[in-house]
Amino acid sequence: MNLNKLWVLVPIYCFSVIFSGFQPEKELLTEKKSWPKASRYLEGVPIYEKFSDLESLFQFENDTTYVINFWATWCKPCIEELPYFESLHKKYQDEKIRVVLVSLDFPRHLESKLLPFLDKHQFASTVLVLLDGSYNDWIDKISTKWSGAIPATLIYKKGERKFFEESFPNYDVLEASLP
Amino acid sequence: MKNILFFATLIALLAFTPYTPEGGVEIGELAPAFNLKNIDGNMYSFENIKDANGETPKGYIIVFTCNTCPYAKANETRLIQLQETYGPKGYPVVAIQPNDPTLKPGDSFEAMKANAEEKDFNFLYLIDEEQSVFPQYGATKTPEVFLLDENRILRYHGAIDDSVRDEEGVETKFVEKAIEAIENGQEPSPTTTKSIGCGIKKAR
Repeated sequence: MNLNKLWVLVPIYCFSVIFSGFQPEKELLTEKKSWPKASRYLEGVPIYEKFSDLESLFQFENDTTYVINFWATWCKPCIEELPYFESLHKKYQDEKIRVVLVSLDFPRHLESKLLPFLDKHQFASTVLVLLDGSYNDWIDKISTKWSGAIPATLIYKKGERKFFEESFPNYDVLEASLP
Repeated sequence: MKNILFFATLIALLAFTPYTPEGGVEIGELAPAFNLKNIDGNMYSFENIKDANGETPKGYIIVFTCNTCPYAKANETRLIQLQETYGPKGYPVVAIQPNDPTLKPGDSFEAMKANAEEKDFNFLYLIDEEQSVFPQYGATKTPEVFLLDENRILRYHGAIDDSVRDEEGVETKFVEKAIEAIENGQEPSPTTTKSIGCGIKKAR
């Protein structure tokens, strides 16, 4: 490749990166009023100390479908199904479907395990961390059907809610679960 | 031929039916019997489980737990303390490992023995080899406690306390409170709690 071509390609690449970066922002605008405010950020990853801070994520009334997966880096079946959620996000990123991966990793593992894991996998889906350890106070607010075992996934659109306390065996089963 | 088709359909249906945590033993119901191998090689059932004084128990702290789950590990010391305090009072801890070791080699019988030795477990540590006991109880994760009274009636189901992840944050000790309630002839409150835990590993 000669250098001239490179000078053309670099700006195009930069623009495409910038614009693809803006796409989730468009989606965010519709949720802007109530998108949960993080307690803090760790290398760009939003951390929620209390469930109440995150609660609006499970209550949006816009016409977006939210696919919210609860996982942790030490949970093998969780890790195995994460690629299906990523594929779902990639396939539907231009539609009103938002995939959110809620990490339940322990506070002491955020820097030692979670950040390196995220660094390695570079998820395109929204990733956030919920640290609230008063599980008995909030599990029922996600779903009364949830015993607390992970992996677990909530898929909802307005009032229509489906809860899955199991891992998805493949991508097709996950996609078929969309409303 | 019809029979074969029927069973093939049944098996296919069963294979594709997602595992649902519903069912199992409810508060106030009789807990299922079991006969499981302990890490010492002996079989244990409600017929031969004794308290720390060798007496017939006044209750049983049944806990589904394992070697590998970070939540289970975070509760090992608490189980040892429960056995220390309540074993002599008639409430022995009976730990049951429900995971399939082919899916989770760290939960094999040998690994259970090694873990128990390393941590000085003072309670029974049984293996649910056939994975037949945990579904009857309705257990879905580790750790998960089923507190039974002397008649094997389920009186409390859930977490050991309100801070499963770390002991320092504990404010309410659910299992201890429930035992005290039973001792005083009262209903435990709460009778059920929820906590995050590792889904029990079972082949699909």
